[in-house]
Amino acid sequence: MTQIDVTTSRTDRPRIGLFVTCLVDLFRPSIGFAAVKLLEDAGCFVEVPAQQVCCGQPAYNSGDAASARNIAKQVIEAFSGYDYVVGPSGSCVATIRKEYPVMFKDDAHWNERACDLAERSHELMSFLTDVRGVALESVTFRAAATYHDSCSGLRSLGIKDQPRQLLSAVDGLTLTEMQDAETCCGFGGTFCVKYPDISVKMVSDKIGNIEMTGADTLLGGDLGCLLNIAGRLRRLGKSVRVFHAAEVLAGMADQAGIGDPEKG
Amino acid sequence: MQIKDGNFSTRASEALADASLQKSVSNLKRGFVAARARAVAALPEYEAMREAGAAIKDHTLDNLDFYLERYEREVVRQGGHVHWAADADEACRIVRQICTRAGAKSVVKGKSMVSEEIGLNEALEADGLEVVESDAGEYIVQLAKEAPSHIVMPTVHKTTDDIADLFYKHHRAHGFDERETDPAELIGQVRSILRDKYFAADIGITGANFLVAETGSNIIVTNEGNGDLTSTLARVHIVTAGIEKVVPTLNDAAVLLRLLARSALGMEITSYTTLSTGPRRPGDADGPDEYHVVLIDNGRTKMLAGTFRPMLRCIRCGACMNHCPVYMSVGGHAYGWVYPGPMGAVLTPMIAGHEKASELPHACTLNGRCQQVCPVKIPLPDLLRRLRHDQWEAGFIKSKVRWGIGLWAWLATHPALYRVSTRIGVAVLRLFGKSSGRLTRLPFAGGWTAGRDMPAPQGTTFHAAWAKRNPQR
Repeated sequence: MTQIDVTTSRTDRPRIGLFVTCLVDLFRPSIGFAAVKLLEDAGCFVEVPAQQVCCGQPAYNSGDAASARNIAKQVIEAFSGYDYVVGPSGSCVATIRKEYPVMFKDDAHWNERACDLAERSHELMSFLTDVRGVALESVTFRAAATYHDSCSGLRSLGIKDQPRQLLSAVDGLTLTEMQDAETCCGFGGTFCVKYPDISVKMVSDKIGNIEMTGADTLLGGDLGCLLNIAGRLRRLGKSVRVFHAAEVLAGMADQAGIGDPEKG
Repeated sequence: MQIKDGNFSTRASEALADASLQKSVSNLKRGFVAARARAVAALPEYEAMREAGAAIKDHTLDNLDFYLERYEREVVRQGGHVHWAADADEACRIVRQICTRAGAKSVVKGKSMVSEEIGLNEALEADGLEVVESDAGEYIVQLAKEAPSHIVMPTVHKTTDDIADLFYKHHRAHGFDERETDPAELIGQVRSILRDKYFAADIGITGANFLVAETGSNIIVTNEGNGDLTSTLARVHIVTAGIEKVVPTLNDAAVLLRLLARSALGMEITSYTTLSTGPRRPGDADGPDEYHVVLIDNGRTKMLAGTFRPMLRCIRCGACMNHCPVYMSVGGHAYGWVYPGPMGAVLTPMIAGHEKASELPHACTLNGRCQQVCPVKIPLPDLLRRLRHDQWEAGFIKSKVRWGIGLWAWLATHPALYRVSTRIGVAVLRLFGKSSGRLTRLPFAGGWTAGRDMPAPQGTTFHAAWAKRNPQR
């Protein structure tokens, strides 16, 4: 990989390594393409390193620290040399930013590399607002929406206002806050399949709060939570549409929502 | 208290199907979460106070031997006795010996979670002593032969109707012939029955919210005043306390008291904050003839020695469980022992052993709200994750999970192979879910599809689509 001059590239056109996340890769590539568009519109040069799969969180949170470290090393290698690493998920980015340095606390070499990556890594919404601070191209999306704060992004990275700030510029979109907006939706990675009864109870409570706002659309910044909520909405036969906020901001929400049949 | 047989999942499913329980926990959610939020918002220095509280606890834990010995010296100087108990059995033995020497027949108890932890009531009753809980909540669960389901509000799983039935059954013996449903009337019955018990008791046992090293005092907080009567009227006052309860000074205790009342109940301060220092001195209006403190380790020094030391900061406010969506879904009894919710999911395996509580650290979404509201900033999600790592290393994780994670992790570190297999997998899922946009059943994912559909993938992976679109990049 060619090293580029960081000082000039950052001020000019920063070179971004997109951390796609495993769920976006598998379930909803359109979120990845929305992220690419938003980053390019914000004056960035985007690349997608091929040697990435997942941040390692499923292994790390299941107790398998050794496997998580192996996956983390792969991520650290794949994203070395980029000005920034950006991902459309607070959860994955929180793992990179907060957990990677801890994973390697007893390994000076990898700890240094992990800390370096952590500093360069950002969740998409907060990168666009806090780091780039540029106005997005104006888009229209007609919806009465509510926003689900995903726990990792909210509590580990302090992501709360950033997506709302970006979405406030979307024509035709109104956001109404739901009750208990900061309560977990019950996804929790492998939790949702290990404890399905509790998980379904939690997501049902969440859906009750979504419905109370009268919203026809749910937006969020983490596909894991959105798959969980959309999956329960569909099972209950509810019509609330579900999109990742990046899709709306990139003007790519005219397609079928998460869990909806393909249009046309 | 014995750890319940069976597993967390089974008890959790039963709890979810229990309409009465669901009603009572949903009341808790609205009441205490809102009350705490108001109390915290009214205090601009709250975050600084949390910092101070955590720092006081950390400093004390870093010098725990020093402060415990200082505390012991002060208690002895005030005429009291300090007993050291390595585990639950020794703690119970010490209390039983004190009771035997005093020729005791009856014991009144204030609320003490550590006494539940060591199974004190059962031990004393086995010796033929009458043991009466004087905290209204503890009194109710004792009468119902149940365990507390919350560390601050033991009866949170019960509705007023449940309590009305319980009292109607048991209080007729005390002359209460009507089934009362008015909470004030019900509490009135408890007060009336307990009044005689206080005066008749030979021994009063309380817990301790804090032990103050500089004065040798123990501090308890209550809202009923039962703690004062329990600790002053009997001939002998016994304090049962975990060794982590010690704080250096009264000033330190004051910081933690402010955090405790707000975090537990959204109150600025509890109705009663009671300091007991030694036995009755000449000229004192009241107080016990003997004052004993039983300092209990029961796994705490093991926590002190390792990465779980921050757990010993815990001041037992219950905020973590009040804000835990899992606790709020299944209540406290599902956790199977004395300590429920996030703090219990750490403490139970640490005190009772992984083999008896292997599920608890996993029954959590790691959403982090508990840490956010913890008045002493215990990193509960990190500790729960750490317990999972310890379990993995010690072989407590089921082989099915080990194999599954191991296989996935291997694939995840072989990106080329991963791409090929996921492209096929995604295409197949798309085939079945294309028309409806969702899959209602999936092999190997019954946990997901039992209550949810699986949104269908868009059909190609991002990486495949990206490679097609940008062959040069």
